[in-house]
Amino acid sequence: MIASLHPSLLFFIGALLLWILPVLGRRILILLVPAAAFLIITQLEPGTYYAYQLFGFDLNLLRIDKLSKIFGYVFTINAFACFLFAQHLKTRYEHTASLAYIGAALGAVFASDLISLYLFWEVMAITSTFLVLARMTERSYGAAFRYVMVHIFGGLTLLAGILLQVNETGSVAFDGFTLQGLPTYLILIGFLVNAAAPPLSAWLSDAYPEATVTGGVIMTAYTTKTAVYTLIRGFAGWDVLIAVGCFMAIYGIIYAILENDMRRILAYSIINQVGFMVCGIGIGTAMALNGAMAHAFAHIIYKALLWMSAGAVLYMTGKSKCTDLGGLYKTMPLTMIFGTIGALAISSFPFLSGYTTKPMIMAAGVHEGFFWVWLILEIASAGVFLHAGIKFPYFVFFAKDNGLRPGEPPKHMLLAMAFLAFICIFIGVYPQPLYNILPYPVEFHAYGFEHTLNQFQLLMFSALAFFMLLPLLKRTRTISIDTDWFYRKGAKLFVYGCDKIFNGINNFGDRIFMQKIPALLNRFFADPSANVQKHAVRLLAEASGDESLLEGRNAEIEQRTRALAYPVGGGVFLAVVFLAVVSLLYFV
Amino acid sequence: MDSEKSNKKPEVCTWFDQPKNIKRLKIGFYLVLVLLVLPDFFIHKHTLFSSIEAVPGFYALFGFISCVVIILISKLLGFVLKKNEDYYDR
Repeated sequence: MIASLHPSLLFFIGALLLWILPVLGRRILILLVPAAAFLIITQLEPGTYYAYQLFGFDLNLLRIDKLSKIFGYVFTINAFACFLFAQHLKTRYEHTASLAYIGAALGAVFASDLISLYLFWEVMAITSTFLVLARMTERSYGAAFRYVMVHIFGGLTLLAGILLQVNETGSVAFDGFTLQGLPTYLILIGFLVNAAAPPLSAWLSDAYPEATVTGGVIMTAYTTKTAVYTLIRGFAGWDVLIAVGCFMAIYGIIYAILENDMRRILAYSIINQVGFMVCGIGIGTAMALNGAMAHAFAHIIYKALLWMSAGAVLYMTGKSKCTDLGGLYKTMPLTMIFGTIGALAISSFPFLSGYTTKPMIMAAGVHEGFFWVWLILEIASAGVFLHAGIKFPYFVFFAKDNGLRPGEPPKHMLLAMAFLAFICIFIGVYPQPLYNILPYPVEFHAYGFEHTLNQFQLLMFSALAFFMLLPLLKRTRTISIDTDWFYRKGAKLFVYGCDKIFNGINNFGDRIFMQKIPALLNRFFADPSANVQKHAVRLLAEASGDESLLEGRNAEIEQRTRALAYPVGGGVFLAVVFLAVVSLLYFV
Repeated sequence: MDSEKSNKKPEVCTWFDQPKNIKRLKIGFYLVLVLLVLPDFFIHKHTLFSSIEAVPGFYALFGFISCVVIILISKLLGFVLKKNEDYYDR
């Protein structure tokens, strides 16, 4: 029975089958798996399946409702496009990691309990790391290492939260959390690490741009959007998320404007876009949640499209910095058009997918009377057009011509981009099918005359600001320090500091106790009586202020010592003093 | 070289490098800007939070000022945050 197949299972089986199939078989397989998974998800009836027992808990691997289904749809559609884009790859290694990663993301979305969710969560972190490692450069190894370390931190925070939660409530069910306390806060932090909420966001802009051409395209969709899904499921209506989301939206824009690497610009704009979704989740009304989900759907598609166009440029030119690119429209017109469609869709340009989804979140905020939310999201909307809508296509495909004449990428890449560009336009022009699969009834009309006019004004005058202030936006060969500074430079400083402090103490102790004091004692005990006498004589001389006789006295003492010419009385006197001291110590 | 608006399809491959076309694009762009604000004077605008929103061209001004502010803030932060590319390798 097809309806009882778990979609993740297909991906995991596919990942294994890759190792026995020849190259043509692999090419067909990677397209077949997401297509079949998509079909299966369309057939799944609401309910929970795949029950199993672990640690005495009843767990379910497959929970079907509208919320999990919409993410299932977009994950599989996007996977199909990504694998179409990756058809040129002959290595098994990358495809295996991709299939397992997407399978785990689907597993996390369909898991109905916290323990299954955690298991898939960790599989995602590990498998996605290989997509960064596969770039096989020194930089990517470093980025992959930092990526997996941050995700292990996030995963362990999540695990600690889950264990405390299970201990407190006795239930492993993953539904909306109502109790605010340490367990749920830990779970929230675990989710927010994967959603790339600052200050735990630097892994994204650090690792994604170092991933392979195809790895980068695949990674953009799954980790952050699985986190968005878990936030919708668990933390809808938590006020703190409104603030987090607004901050993310602005933060992503500012960093994207400072950035020079085109794929890093797009990485920061993921944080910006996820900010809109997180904000919607925080608002938590039916309309806001609908908006967050619809926006996640549209975002996955246009973001993959943007990464594909950037990936195609990187694939053809081997360069990803805006300062090295420019003028590529001359030889890559199709890539330019597809990239621009993605760029306009992310900017929520009317008649493209962002416009029928994002304003839903903002309308929900307005409906609740949140003035500041509306203000910040409106500013952020203008800023999106600035950094992703114009800056990305302008500096890559236009601007200064750096003499690169690469030509269009292979046909399968263009086809994948055309497919996603079509979806962007389709959802933009006719959003009803998307609205139909949302969990709550949609009462939102994007295309009122006034609303559309306002949006056009906002965007076109943002473009005016961009071109007027172009000199300020000149690309520089720089990177921007982000919160990863704390574990990249900070770790070095920490080691340096520890080295200075602890080795300093060590050296100091060595100098004092192992060298100076033994040397001093050595000098003293070489001739103790003469030294005592010399010291006494010097004290006397200093007290009387007459140091003229000091030299002579010292010579006398030395001579006496050498000749051992001390009167017996002196020795007896010292013995009496010694005995007096000892008896005092013992008897008093 | 200052070319306007990236959302137009190039007919020939050096289309955006010809000064004549850049000029055309600029004129077209300014025309679009004017045409977008013009209807505001003739329709009744709904407001969400304040009556200022009904001022003709409110969203145009809003978008423009937002972007100028964002760019200026980014520029200022850039003095602190921007480092040489080999910053982490040193």
